[in-house]
Amino acid sequence: MSRERPDVVLPAGVHWRRRVANRVAIGGCVLATALVVLPLGLLVLRLLESGLHGLSLGFFLHMPKPVGEPGGGMANAIVGTLIVVGIGAAIAVPVGVAAGVYLAEYGREQLANVVRYTADVLAGAPSIVVGVAVFGLLVVPMGRFSALAGGVALAVLMLPTVVRATEEVVRLVPASYRQAALALGAPSWVATLRVVLPAARAGVTTAALLAVARASGETAPLLFTALGNRFWSVHLDQPIATLPVMIYDYARAPYSDWNSQAWTGALTLLVLVTVLSALMRLATRNIR
Amino acid sequence: MTAGAPTRDATMVTVRERTPEKPRRWSADDAFALALRLASLAVLAAVLLLIWQTWLGSRPAIQAYGLRFLTGTAWDPVAEKFGALPYVVGTLVTSGIALLLAVPFGIGAAVFLSEIAPPRTGAVISFLIELLASIPSIVYGLWGVFVLAPFLRTLVEPWLIKHLGFLPLFQGFPFGLGILPAGLVLAIMVVPTVTSVTREILRALPDSLRGAALALGATRAEAIGVTLDAARPGILGAVILALGRALGETMAVTMLIGNTNHLSWSLLGPGATMASVIANEFTEAVGKLHLAALFEVALVLFLVSLVVNAVARLIVLAATGGRRDVAGAA
Repeated sequence: MSRERPDVVLPAGVHWRRRVANRVAIGGCVLATALVVLPLGLLVLRLLESGLHGLSLGFFLHMPKPVGEPGGGMANAIVGTLIVVGIGAAIAVPVGVAAGVYLAEYGREQLANVVRYTADVLAGAPSIVVGVAVFGLLVVPMGRFSALAGGVALAVLMLPTVVRATEEVVRLVPASYRQAALALGAPSWVATLRVVLPAARAGVTTAALLAVARASGETAPLLFTALGNRFWSVHLDQPIATLPVMIYDYARAPYSDWNSQAWTGALTLLVLVTVLSALMRLATRNIR
Repeated sequence: MTAGAPTRDATMVTVRERTPEKPRRWSADDAFALALRLASLAVLAAVLLLIWQTWLGSRPAIQAYGLRFLTGTAWDPVAEKFGALPYVVGTLVTSGIALLLAVPFGIGAAVFLSEIAPPRTGAVISFLIELLASIPSIVYGLWGVFVLAPFLRTLVEPWLIKHLGFLPLFQGFPFGLGILPAGLVLAIMVVPTVTSVTREILRALPDSLRGAALALGATRAEAIGVTLDAARPGILGAVILALGRALGETMAVTMLIGNTNHLSWSLLGPGATMASVIANEFTEAVGKLHLAALFEVALVLFLVSLVVNAVARLIVLAATGGRRDVAGAA
């Protein structure tokens, strides 16, 4: 709560049992908070410890090497992640922004309530199910795993985030902007496209980046869509390596140099995903 | 333009009335609104697509096994016998462990953040907990395999076997990988959901509750008890939301659960969940029925998490008085 909370001083007559219970309960809450935050500390420390020493320019520029050969990087996986996430964003951002604008501008229609609720429910869909569905939709008809299928799977996962976040930021644009445009004779759609949306641009960009950040860490929906690839590929109709799937493969492999590369990959992913979304969160706070 | 406080709409109406309107035909405004509506239908289409495709893929299995699919315990791709019960049980047990651990700690942390902590400390810790929620599942999995599992194998599980080994739950060998480790990493992953939602629900309660309790001479903890009591329905929503997340979580669980299709009482032994069996077997499924069975597991998982999420969101919305919508439309 953002207000001052004066300390409650218990009067002398309070039974000792209630005093103890009070202390124990509050202490318990403090302890619970510490335990909830503790894994974050442990995880980040271990990631830095195990991930940093494998971090070099070569990790970003070189291809994976066969087991036993020193060096080698995840260049193909990093580029692959950018491609797959790029496809996802290219689909989900325009559609999601349009849907978000719809919810903000025509939000009282019955359809809007249905869409809003469905978006919330879709946001909770298990990501592995999205992978399975896109496998049926694209991989089976195309006859092979592909970057495109991976991108479509990520688009489905990004969509609800973009929709809901866009709705929120478009709502924040003062009504007077729109009224001024209408007063000058602009039709409603011009007011939306040329006045309201540009005013919300920073927020909409943030919404899109938040969705991109989350999607770049997704592994499960890519297992049966983008699959993975040991080699360099930028073809949209071919299997493609991605950072999360490569970390998964390297973490399960019984070779210690692969495992240590998995840590470096995870550190890269964490910086990509968590730092990006942390920045986005701070940015949205300032907009508000 | 419909959203906003009443005053905003009042101004809007006057603007519209003064605009001289021609007899209404199809205008650019209508076309624009239609385009936006179509885009928003994509959200519905996405959900329908998930149901349609998983149903389509699982039809052979549904025809072959019917309802026995959910009650059968044998999963043998070679003999083409598929019963998904071990995975259903594995999903429920790991999610149960996760909630058992995450709910008390998560609520405790939420109480600390909204009722006890000074505002600035609360903001910093809330931010850290949001960070925890944004860490990708695969990173938790990696950490779980190389940090959590050895810790459990060498310290925690031997202790459990020694002191609680009389229970069937804690019999067996300390593997480090198994149902308990998977549940534990799940707990870490869903605790931010419990904390964030509960914190918001506590904040939505009127201050008069706390004030009244304190004025009657309640201790701090007793006043918190009063607020928690009032927040109970909302907290239930938070818990169900966390359950929804736990049910579908894939990567970290797949890496930690040990993967076997045998049912056993021991939490220390390996198991599998619906999500983990899909992740493990999907690309290697050879027979048509095997693939269809995995599709059906996905279908069931999706329908279950759909219901769980829908219920949770209704509860949370009701508990906060549809707070999100207070700022905007209806």
